[in-house]
Amino acid sequence: MLAVNFLLLGAALFAIGVYGVIARRNAVMVLMSIELILNAVSLNLVAFSLMTGAVDGQVFALYVIAIAAAEVGVGLAMVLMIYRNRKTIALDELSEMKG
Amino acid sequence: MFGAEVLELSSGWFLENAWLTGLIPVLGFAVILFFGKKLPMKGAEVGLASMAASLVVAVGAAVQWMQRTNSAESSGEEAVSLVQAFGRSLPGVAEGAEAEPFITPVATTWVWWQNSGLEFGIGSSVDGLAVLILALVAFIALLVMVFSVDYVRDDRRYTHFFAAITLFAGGMLIMVMAENMVQIILGWEIMGLTSFMLIGHWWEEEANSRAALKAFFTVRVGDVGLLVGTAIIFFGANQWAVDNLDSNGFNIAAIQAWALSGEANTQLLLWGAVALFIACIGKSGQFPLHTWLPDAMAGPTPVSSLLHSSTMVVAGVFLVARIYPVFWEAFNIGTGGLSFIAIIGAITIVIAALLAFVQDDIKKVLAYSTVSQLGYMMLGLGTGAWLPAVFHIFTHAFFKCALFLCAGSVSHSGSHHSFDMKKDMGGLRKKMPVTFAAWCVSTLALTGVFPFAGFWSKDEIIDNVGNNGYTFLMWVGLFGAALTAMYMTRATYLTFFGEPRGAAAGDHGHDDHHLAHAEEHELAHAGVARSLSAGANVKSGVEGSASDEPHGGHGGSAADDGDAHQDGPHESGKLILIPIVILAFFAIFAGFANPTPLASRFGEGVELIKKYVEPRSTPVVAEEFLASGPGESIVLVDGVAYAPSVSPAAEGGEAGAEKSGCGFTAPEAGTVCFFPGVSHAEPTFAKILLSLAVVAVGYALAIGFCVLFYGRRDPRLVGLTERNKALRGGFLFLKNKYYLDHLYENVIVHAVAHPIAKTAYWINQHVLDATVDGVGTSTRRAGEWVYDNIDQKLVDGAVNGSGWAASEAGHAMQPTQSGKVSQYGALLFGAATVGAIVLVLVNVS
Amino acid sequence: MSAVILAADGVNVSQNVGFGIIAAIMIFAALNVVTTKNVVHAALWLVVVLSGVAAQYILAAAEFVAISQVLVYIGAVMVLFLFGIMLTRAQIGKEAGLNNTGWVLGIPVGLVLFGLLAWVILDAFGDDLLPDRGPAPTVMLSDQFLGIYLIPFLAISFVLLAAAIGAIVLARKD
Repeated sequence: MLAVNFLLLGAALFAIGVYGVIARRNAVMVLMSIELILNAVSLNLVAFSLMTGAVDGQVFALYVIAIAAAEVGVGLAMVLMIYRNRKTIALDELSEMKG
Repeated sequence: MFGAEVLELSSGWFLENAWLTGLIPVLGFAVILFFGKKLPMKGAEVGLASMAASLVVAVGAAVQWMQRTNSAESSGEEAVSLVQAFGRSLPGVAEGAEAEPFITPVATTWVWWQNSGLEFGIGSSVDGLAVLILALVAFIALLVMVFSVDYVRDDRRYTHFFAAITLFAGGMLIMVMAENMVQIILGWEIMGLTSFMLIGHWWEEEANSRAALKAFFTVRVGDVGLLVGTAIIFFGANQWAVDNLDSNGFNIAAIQAWALSGEANTQLLLWGAVALFIACIGKSGQFPLHTWLPDAMAGPTPVSSLLHSSTMVVAGVFLVARIYPVFWEAFNIGTGGLSFIAIIGAITIVIAALLAFVQDDIKKVLAYSTVSQLGYMMLGLGTGAWLPAVFHIFTHAFFKCALFLCAGSVSHSGSHHSFDMKKDMGGLRKKMPVTFAAWCVSTLALTGVFPFAGFWSKDEIIDNVGNNGYTFLMWVGLFGAALTAMYMTRATYLTFFGEPRGAAAGDHGHDDHHLAHAEEHELAHAGVARSLSAGANVKSGVEGSASDEPHGGHGGSAADDGDAHQDGPHESGKLILIPIVILAFFAIFAGFANPTPLASRFGEGVELIKKYVEPRSTPVVAEEFLASGPGESIVLVDGVAYAPSVSPAAEGGEAGAEKSGCGFTAPEAGTVCFFPGVSHAEPTFAKILLSLAVVAVGYALAIGFCVLFYGRRDPRLVGLTERNKALRGGFLFLKNKYYLDHLYENVIVHAVAHPIAKTAYWINQHVLDATVDGVGTSTRRAGEWVYDNIDQKLVDGAVNGSGWAASEAGHAMQPTQSGKVSQYGALLFGAATVGAIVLVLVNVS
Repeated sequence: MSAVILAADGVNVSQNVGFGIIAAIMIFAALNVVTTKNVVHAALWLVVVLSGVAAQYILAAAEFVAISQVLVYIGAVMVLFLFGIMLTRAQIGKEAGLNNTGWVLGIPVGLVLFGLLAWVILDAFGDDLLPDRGPAPTVMLSDQFLGIYLIPFLAISFVLLAAAIGAIVLARKD
């Protein structure tokens, strides 16, 4: 199998995820898009591991999975609190940081 | 290669399952702890049964070890022609260039745990030394337990006592059978912990718990040496062991072989040996860490006797004997180097014997005597007399245990639970005939009188020390033997002869030895008045009270022997006397296990210990050991390969000439040695006579002194220490135990720790505080100046200016800051993409 | 992409076919995740993508990572997402206005990013063949985790702990 297969698939997932982050308005959907990006990265890491024969790539993929779990937990808790305070999770209505 | 012959050695169930000896007491401990109180004998029966089972396995292993050794002799024509009769062969001087084969230990190990490729085994590795000590420990522990059944009857922590003493014996057994250093540490620590529990058995009394803590901490100081030494040896030996023996640097056999391989790093070897010997100093009560041992008398008498005869204190000596090649090479024992071990041993012999003179507590006399005898063992090991030292462990265990049990018997039934010889004893020989007889026999054995046990071992040590070229140390040993005779005479006289005093005379009025823990008994027993006097006298018993025991056992023993008059001195019960008698029997006859002086007359076959215990210093072909699998010891169970090659240079190798062979020259490539070729002295009639004469002189002097001083109260002697300043000074010096305790507690703790603390406080108050104050003050002044001049005028201007600039720039950038996250995301990724494009273009072009 | 696959010699055809099918499903599902009008559907499409990633891990001989992927993502993270959707009262049916007003901006960014990445990848790896390797034993992974990557491993456990505590603190009602 060609090495580029995995990498191209990863690139496609990554780009789709980036599109999702930019285009989506719902905070939960943005988090899902971030998951796509993270998965694309882990796929690349595993592919590199297969190329070099060292398992370091897999180790990092596992780290990514762990970080993603933590990120989703905290992210959803934040979304939940925002919803509780404002009854909405539409990101374009959260513009207190406007300069 | 090397013309190696493979001998088929016999093995057996007991040899291969010797690990049971250690496991059974540990299981027994658990059973006693959890179910002991519900059992009819409150757990004592479990302890006794487990010890008896261990003894059976240990004796079985010993018998099968003898068969194994014999099987080397009689395994085929070829072997017989190689092996020759077992005899006193100097290394490399075997007749016809042939040598006795090394008998490989029988190992049964499991992987305990593994860590990054290192496997730590646990199990048993049994050779002659191990079976000897295993059987000895199990036997002594069993007898002591029988003794304890009566002695500590009705104690409030009877069950816990048996649990602890069972585990204690188990710890020693685990250590003795150890195949690697980690298991030795395990057994060593179990003993340290349980000895703490046992010495502090009556912890309600402060002196006892202090003694327990002292023992624990003093031994702990040495234990650091064990850990450090094990680590050093591991780093030195591991690579060699992996390369040559497919083992690791913790394996004892591998360490032995490494030390003798001639490839060992001498610096590592030296420092490892020093660190390990520091551990032995702590555990075996050698100078200068011997101070814990007499204080350990605070425990119950059975504990003292077990601790001081065959277990705890022997552990250090055993460790030296176990990995003897390390010390042999590190201290150049083979070439007559004046070793650290020998010097410490010699010092210990003399100072401990001198201290024994000024003790009034019978158990403390015995404690110092133990320290002194351990000094003999160390002296022997330090000068190359391995066999006599190990033999002395064996004989000493019997007579010292008997002496302690006699002391316990005297206090139990004769002196109303006092151990003070001057106050509460005297004239007991008629009241307690059996105890008296056993005491005398054991004393004769201890002092080395022909033909009792101590004679054969102690004289051998002294003889071999002299034979190996240490003439001065030999005289030290002889001097120590004379001192031993003297202080034991004094103790015997004070206890059993003369007029009965104090409790021995049936007088219970003084009772200054009953402290808080005994008061409940006292109240029930004798009324309030006595307990008041006991309370009033608490302060008086500084030395004597430390080892007094509670009063509880009295009724039980009286019921046993049916003695009507409980108050006066009387003989102890059967359960106490039987162990004493058995031990006294061995104190007479144990010496015949290795009667070297008789060998010239009856042939070398009488030297059983030498034949079966001392490892042969024959090189073994290393390749044969590689067959073992993971988790196995390097030692084969069934076969042994050895190279009966002796270098021709050894032919003329009598003493004086250049020695060769194991321990002197590196073994040929492909072979390894496990034991150095120790030499043995030829006993001569003159030497025996000399040592006997020295002992006799000691006895004569001591008896004369005792009769004059204690018996007739000769005015020239009484009060001599008060009148003569030099003698007074010496007496006080001894009485205060060379001020070593003062050194440790006052000098080291007060003079070192306190000034440091004071200095730290002073620095804190004056330097640090002043600095902080000064810094604070000057900072405030500087701050004011800065505020006035720089802040107001210079900085404010700059800040105002920059604020204006930032405000303007912010207004210019405002449209991008929409506050919308998705827009930020788009900008972020877009910027990242653009940046990546730039990077790629730069790299491509 | 199929042209790239066919261009190479000596490829394992069945492996490539498997990879292609899974990859096509994944990309289709991923596109659905970011375009569907239904939040719950998006979550379910995401399950498909994550399962596809797990399948690709198995193809790439990373069994342990694949199993972790299934356990953590599909087992735990997706449940979290569904809870998040439920608790924020998302409409179960179609929902208008799931996209930003400026969503069109995402298309050029995504396309440019993909183009850039694809170009770089093809430039760097061209027609390198992946070596045939058996699955890496889990022992090797654990040796790495408890060996040279021990510190990151400990750090990640603290991160997880902090995340758990943080999530609780954030989501508390008081």
